[in-house]
Amino acid sequence: MRGLYAIYRKEMNHYFVSPVAYVVVCIFLVLAGVFFNYIMSQVIRYSFEAGMESMQMGGAGMNIDVPSMVLRGFLSILGTIVLFLTPLLTMGVYSEERKRGTMELLMTSPITDSDIVLGKFLASFSLLVIMLLPTVFYVIYMFAHSAPAAPWRLIAGGYLGVLLLGGMLLALGSCLSSLTENQIVSGVLIFGLSLLLWLLDIFTQGGNSAFAKSLQYGAVLQHYDPFIRGIVDTTGLVFFGSWIVLGIFLTMRSIESMRWRRA
Amino acid sequence: MIEVQDLTKSYGEKTAVDRITFSVNKGEILGFLGPNGAGKTTTMRVLTGYLPATQGTAKIAGFDVFNDSMEVRRRIGYLPETPPLYFDMTVSGYLDFVARIKNVPLEKRAQRVEAAIEMAGLAEQRDQLIKRLSRGFKQRVGLAQAIVHDPDVIILDEPTVGLDPKQIIEVRHLIKGLAGSHTIILSTHILPEVSMTCDRVVIINHGKIVAVDTPENLTLQLKGGERIRVEAQAPEQPLRDVLQKIPGAQRVQIESVGSSGRMIATVEASQGQDLRSQIAAQVVGQGWPLYELRGQSLSLEEIFLQLTTEDPAQKKAEESK
Repeated sequence: MRGLYAIYRKEMNHYFVSPVAYVVVCIFLVLAGVFFNYIMSQVIRYSFEAGMESMQMGGAGMNIDVPSMVLRGFLSILGTIVLFLTPLLTMGVYSEERKRGTMELLMTSPITDSDIVLGKFLASFSLLVIMLLPTVFYVIYMFAHSAPAAPWRLIAGGYLGVLLLGGMLLALGSCLSSLTENQIVSGVLIFGLSLLLWLLDIFTQGGNSAFAKSLQYGAVLQHYDPFIRGIVDTTGLVFFGSWIVLGIFLTMRSIESMRWRRA
Repeated sequence: MIEVQDLTKSYGEKTAVDRITFSVNKGEILGFLGPNGAGKTTTMRVLTGYLPATQGTAKIAGFDVFNDSMEVRRRIGYLPETPPLYFDMTVSGYLDFVARIKNVPLEKRAQRVEAAIEMAGLAEQRDQLIKRLSRGFKQRVGLAQAIVHDPDVIILDEPTVGLDPKQIIEVRHLIKGLAGSHTIILSTHILPEVSMTCDRVVIINHGKIVAVDTPENLTLQLKGGERIRVEAQAPEQPLRDVLQKIPGAQRVQIESVGSSGRMIATVEASQGQDLRSQIAAQVVGQGWPLYELRGQSLSLEEIFLQLTTEDPAQKKAEESK
């Protein structure tokens, strides 16, 4: 446990001493801010237009749930940004250690492989939380100032979804990073993999064969979608949870195999 | 303290370490000497539990390096070939981190970090980022890292690489100072280092142990006695014949000096024999003017070369295969 904490501390220190965290968080927040603003103004304009239209038709005006629509759109975009940025957080996690020879220090120290893997995973996950935290204020602001108030289930579900999605990408990213000494290679690998999982949905659309259906089940989007509609579905929890556990497990095996692979 | 029995490590087809056996007593400094690629680093990596052995066993403080890896790791400090440094940490921050992962208890941690900084002579650099340090200082941080938790066994892979002569002397003093309370294995390809710091030497080449002894004994035993340099005015072949006939002469090498007709012969005598008087008598007896006669002892360096250098002719034959 002490080893885990030492690794966690070191990783956090690394993120915030080097420009990595600042650059990633900064880009993330700029993108998130721009999209939030854009979605908000689009939805508001749409609701005005729709309202006007229905009035012209002599109706009583349509009720459009602006906060929910904004939230849904925003959380959906948030997932995409997370997809694009998490590879940057994990691509160096093990590659860098291997290249610098510090893996040799960690592996000859009295700490377990799981201390190393979990410490690193928790650190990158913490950074993800730190990255997402400021966007919560947009949502809280909207929650407080909109009528009807934005549904809190949607907010909670959506953020849970983003965290699970991010956690999955971090776990898989770490695993891929442990396979190579080259940061670029590991970055491209994790990016390619997450993109593939993301696109699986589009590729398999309309397919009715058992094969297409089982592929569809692997599509990240399929499982992320219910969360941003405020539905916390066990299928999704199991899906993301399994990927996270699998990623961590494989990373541990990969670290362990470093002792053997050179053989 | 350290026992290595028939240790073999193969990388696929290639055998890096071939059935080596040695042991190190508590408080001793053992030098691991060999040319590059001899298997020094591999042996150390097996000892630290970083690599598994293909065959054979290694034990540190009675614990098998593979089966009881955790117990072994608790007891060793290890400086790998390239110091394992985090460049964006400060020296003291880094040592604190290492102390944490080496299980140094909280109440002792600050004191141990201080002691390591002190011992490695890093007091002025303590708050600097490691990436800003020169190579020599980086090496010292690596050394400090290996001793920060006051381990029983210290394993140092080429500890003086990259240091300037003054620093080398300091580091050697540091290592000598650690002996007694710590058991140390250090590897090097620099010979004076071994004779200056180590109690015993293991000479390794192509993964095999060529010799194990104290530096003094090695010099005594392996040099094959004296080597004598003879300068005389004599025809080459007869001189060679005469010298070779002297009982005890093992190897005679002759080269001519310019066009003066003088020859320099080097005679290697077997152990404990002084052939100088006989050589003088023989050369003068032949009526050849004798210009110089000098006994030379082989340095450890030459022994090392003799032990680890293959016959060039044989090597060529192997290459042409």
